[in-house]
Amino acid sequence: MSKNFQQLESTAVPIPIENIDTDQIIPARFLKATTRDGFGENLFRDWRFDGDNKPKADFVLNNPTYSGQVLVAGKNFGCGSSREHAAWAIADYGFKVVISSFFADIFKNNALNNFILPIQVTDAFLDKIFSAIEKDANAKLAVDLEKQTLKIVSTGEETSFDINPYKKACLINGYDDIDYLLSLRKDIEAYEATREFNF
Amino acid sequence: MISPGLHEVKYDTKFYVTNLCNRLIKSNYGMGKTLVDKIWDNHIVVSKPGFPDVVYINTHFIHEVTSPQAFDGLRKRGIPVFRTGKTRATADHNVPTMDQHLPIKEALSRKQVEMLTQNTAEFGVELYGLGHPYQGIVHVIGPELGITLPGMTIVCGDSHTSTHGAFGAIAFGIGTSEVEMVLATQCLLQYRPKRMKIEVNGQLKKGVVSKDIILYIISKISASGATGYFVEFAGEAIRSLSMEARMTICNMSIEMGARGGLIAPDQTTFDYIKGREFAPKGADWDKALAYWQTLYSDADAEFDSVITFDAADIEPMITYGTNPGMGIGVTQHIPSLEQLDEKEKPSFKKSLDYMGLEAGSGLLGKKVDYVFIGSCTNSRIEDLRMVAEFVKGKHKADDVVVWIVPGSKQVEAQAKKEGIDKVFEAAGFQLREPGCSACLGMNEDKVPAGMYCISTSNRNFEGRQGPNARTFLASPLSAAAAAITGKVTDVRELV
Repeated sequence: MSKNFQQLESTAVPIPIENIDTDQIIPARFLKATTRDGFGENLFRDWRFDGDNKPKADFVLNNPTYSGQVLVAGKNFGCGSSREHAAWAIADYGFKVVISSFFADIFKNNALNNFILPIQVTDAFLDKIFSAIEKDANAKLAVDLEKQTLKIVSTGEETSFDINPYKKACLINGYDDIDYLLSLRKDIEAYEATREFNF
Repeated sequence: MISPGLHEVKYDTKFYVTNLCNRLIKSNYGMGKTLVDKIWDNHIVVSKPGFPDVVYINTHFIHEVTSPQAFDGLRKRGIPVFRTGKTRATADHNVPTMDQHLPIKEALSRKQVEMLTQNTAEFGVELYGLGHPYQGIVHVIGPELGITLPGMTIVCGDSHTSTHGAFGAIAFGIGTSEVEMVLATQCLLQYRPKRMKIEVNGQLKKGVVSKDIILYIISKISASGATGYFVEFAGEAIRSLSMEARMTICNMSIEMGARGGLIAPDQTTFDYIKGREFAPKGADWDKALAYWQTLYSDADAEFDSVITFDAADIEPMITYGTNPGMGIGVTQHIPSLEQLDEKEKPSFKKSLDYMGLEAGSGLLGKKVDYVFIGSCTNSRIEDLRMVAEFVKGKHKADDVVVWIVPGSKQVEAQAKKEGIDKVFEAAGFQLREPGCSACLGMNEDKVPAGMYCISTSNRNFEGRQGPNARTFLASPLSAAAAAITGKVTDVRELV
């Protein structure tokens, strides 16, 4: 997992389904590992493979026409369980960016904590991306984190996206939250000294 | 237009915008505060522009599935758990619900549970593991032990941590990186949430219980209707609920996307807490109570969104699809394709294909193969009492398998003390041992492919209860009714 992110130009994998929950991204029975590695092989496990572990031909990850470091999905992506394994699976598979018109809160945090950039676009722009990929599976998307822009290279259509300035700095510089929190130890102890009860 | 899980939203955009503007304009003039803001402000360690708030966490629960990588992180950094007394551990997600006294058969589950034991011993964290009288589902044991208290910030690497909000606490699920942050610093980086109030006025009708309230709300505002918000539940119908029923409501606030849900503490809350194992005692109790009584949203507090419902409109609910927003009253019909937006159709069709159901059809009389009564949503003693009272003297339908999985060892012991186990045995129900069980099928308790399970759990996602298993979410009463008749039943006809 690379810890720095600035710019990316890549083809994309489209999954135009809404409300993709983290149980689809990584089913619960694959959460038994005790390290962060290797979850990619079970990404979208039950959509990718049938009961006999044979690849399902109609699922996009089994279709060699589509590839790339960007996953494009329908709205409310990552809802459900808080399992960070979903973000680990997406990163381990090789995606660096996920685009949707809406993300569930916990997933968004988990993605950012694993240096995956979640980009929220309007429903209309999401449709444009899906139709660009439908027309040409090799259509490229260009992401510029510094400028906070996302461009469909083939059509030149561009949109800006929001990201919190703190998280943006973390992504660009490869910082993580724990380093920052650990640096605040004195403040945390000072806060504790003001509390009589643990609530 | 009717969309799955979004039937008739009493949600006024103009109202929302006006309210938001009012709040922004008035926020500098000493306006009243919401309950969420009161608790939030009380836990800010550092707040600076451009950064998320550093929020102090009072209570951290961990379990075997989402904690191993966090402890690994501490080891790699060479740091200890910062405040060992504020984290408590239990084994719940993957544990078997039969023969818990024997070693866990499945190797990977056994390894995770063993790692939890090793990690908690190495880092000095209290563990209520298998065999401990306090073991159970993490969101059941916190409240029953008096660890969960009003005004707290509570987190756990599990999205249903929102359950603890029923006590007037800010409680939410986190990922494993955040588990590591809390272990390392007792703090998290968080943005102040937006505030939503959901009022349920009036009184519930016979046969309708708290699970129906929350399934109804989610069916109205959709599985993403509260994303970004902390939701305060209020109104007469909420106020009149017991603590355990309130926990069911807050538990499922994540299923409408909310960061958390909470209910202002009142006499019902204080009566529930008093005397529990870890609750304050004596003079501490009096001081704590005086503070807890200040925990409510001020009359002039502004919410970013307010939605109201009438309890009398709610009937026993059931889901038909593959997200919890796809719910209907048990006598109603699944939406037909004509009622949907063009864009919604592919996801809707995929969902109904998975469920083996027809758009526009009803569910009453649909055959059920499994009944699961359990999970952090509905496995507390009141749930078991409600089911036992209903099934007393009745017997399950022949071809239905009924699993009752208590939320904790204490719930199990209480059920036995009250003779509830005998009622279940006579009805042909299996009373098993505590754990998350068939809610997510991490252990052996899986619903076979293609089978229908009416379940008191919280998620009907594809494969949630086992590969290709089909889930109908419902209340414990509705699940018990289906166990008796062998099909989806309007419980009001039997009570």
